[in-house]
Amino acid sequence: MAWLDSLTPQAQFAFFTMLKIACVLGPLLTLVAYAVLAERKVSALIQDRVGPNRVSLPLIGGIPVIGPFLTKLGFWHPLVDGVKSFIKEDFTPAHVRKIYFWLAPAIALVPAFLVIAVIPFGSTLGSQKMVIADLNVGILYTFGIVSLGVYGIVLAGYAANSKFPFLGGIRSSAQMISYELAMGMSVVPVFLVVGDLNLSKIIEHQAHNGWNVFPLFGGGFSLQTLLLVPCGMLSFTIFFVAAFAETNRLPFDLPESESELVGGYHTEYSSMKFGMFFIGEYANMFAGAAMMTTLFFGGWTLPFFGLDQAADSVWKGLLHIGIFMAKMFAFMGIFIWVRWMLPRFRYDQLMDLGWRRLIPLALANIILTAAVLALTDR
Amino acid sequence: MIVKRNELTWFERLYLPALVGGLKVTARHFFNNITGKTKVTQQYPEEPTKVLPGYRGAPYLVRDQDGATKCVSCQLCEFICPPKAIRMTPPGAAGQPADRPNAEKMPKEFEINMLRCIFCGLCQEVCPEEAIFLKSDFSLTGLARGEMVYNKEKLLALGGTHGGVQKWKHKLEEAKEQETFPVKV
Repeated sequence: MAWLDSLTPQAQFAFFTMLKIACVLGPLLTLVAYAVLAERKVSALIQDRVGPNRVSLPLIGGIPVIGPFLTKLGFWHPLVDGVKSFIKEDFTPAHVRKIYFWLAPAIALVPAFLVIAVIPFGSTLGSQKMVIADLNVGILYTFGIVSLGVYGIVLAGYAANSKFPFLGGIRSSAQMISYELAMGMSVVPVFLVVGDLNLSKIIEHQAHNGWNVFPLFGGGFSLQTLLLVPCGMLSFTIFFVAAFAETNRLPFDLPESESELVGGYHTEYSSMKFGMFFIGEYANMFAGAAMMTTLFFGGWTLPFFGLDQAADSVWKGLLHIGIFMAKMFAFMGIFIWVRWMLPRFRYDQLMDLGWRRLIPLALANIILTAAVLALTDR
Repeated sequence: MIVKRNELTWFERLYLPALVGGLKVTARHFFNNITGKTKVTQQYPEEPTKVLPGYRGAPYLVRDQDGATKCVSCQLCEFICPPKAIRMTPPGAAGQPADRPNAEKMPKEFEINMLRCIFCGLCQEVCPEEAIFLKSDFSLTGLARGEMVYNKEKLLALGGTHGGVQKWKHKLEEAKEQETFPVKV
């Protein structure tokens, strides 16, 4: 590592940031592909079907027991799906607005990845903090980027220049803006409690004072932690619901609505351009799951076995990353599970839930939390 | 008819009971499926289908116990076949005789066009010789239309043997016994 030490601190910082970006983006794309598989398989199991079980690779498929098992699991389907996406005809209909049509998938994809940049996905490995950008305005940055995500969808709806995508685009603009408000307000109590916007600091606070969703868990018993329990629960519930709306998941998938709007905003897209919307949607789900883990469920910490302290060895550092991933996967599982539970909301119900239920509740929660914090001492 | 719509209670309007109910239903289906309690679709090419007795599959010609062609070229099946899938060429006056003693003749060529066949079973029903049967094959494939016209050789090979009364053989034996009858005494 002599050549690393010979670099200037700036160059070292740039090197490690690049390395972290590569180490996050690669696995994230793989996870996205396998999230699609998980979605298909779990959906199938919930609907009493078998699900993807066809693809087998020439050599690995021949291994006894393991080969057929992986095939039955549909393990190679993401691979084949990806290849299919790339070699399909990339059709651009004659009636679309070309520049926006080409731009929209990229705009839908990029914000999803940018959000991941500020999320601490582990404590430390060696001397490096396991977060790409340790911003002191972390959560503000996140909300700024998340609100960009709607442009990809609206632009896709506009660019397609036909009825169904246009309706999908209009719906998404209304839906995502409404729920962004509720989402933003629902996390204000968290910042009242923590007193910092930096996501690493939020995790540190949760390690000492209990998880934000349920401060008694890991925080020890006191009047304040007891009173903060309902605040945390309410805050998390609102954030959770809004996260579904933000990622266009059922029961909030009005922009897509395959049963009434054909495919909504991506009706006219094919091949990898459609694939980019798809990847964007799942990357968004991962970003949402990571946000919930970080803000409410203690990030990479667990309040047992001293796992709430920054890692002092590589193994513990890896274990912390594992804990973070496990929490994230749990949320992904819930995302998929909920999909088959509720039918899609009607448009007026959607607006009603957002504006007349969640936003007032979030506002009340801010006041409640502020009152608890003002009247009790830790 | 007027359906009475009950006012929802405040608890129901929270959406929560419906949410929990929905989660329970989906979770139950999920766990029943992974523990194998749910009956799922049969995975056809990997799990072969069981064909029950009496199933009407593809019609094939059969041989008797001695390996002789049972068909006597009467052409009844050809006449009754609703989609005209069967085409038979009789041996003609100077044709090859039957490959068993006492039977008058056998077809020179016997073709079933499996693309036309509707698997109705009338050929089996009308056959006075029990020479054609609907077997259990149901997935007939070919790369060209010509391949789907099965000739006599192929039909006989696929049909296998079918036991039963060998009436021409018995008639021959009877006739022989008639000739030797008085001498026996």
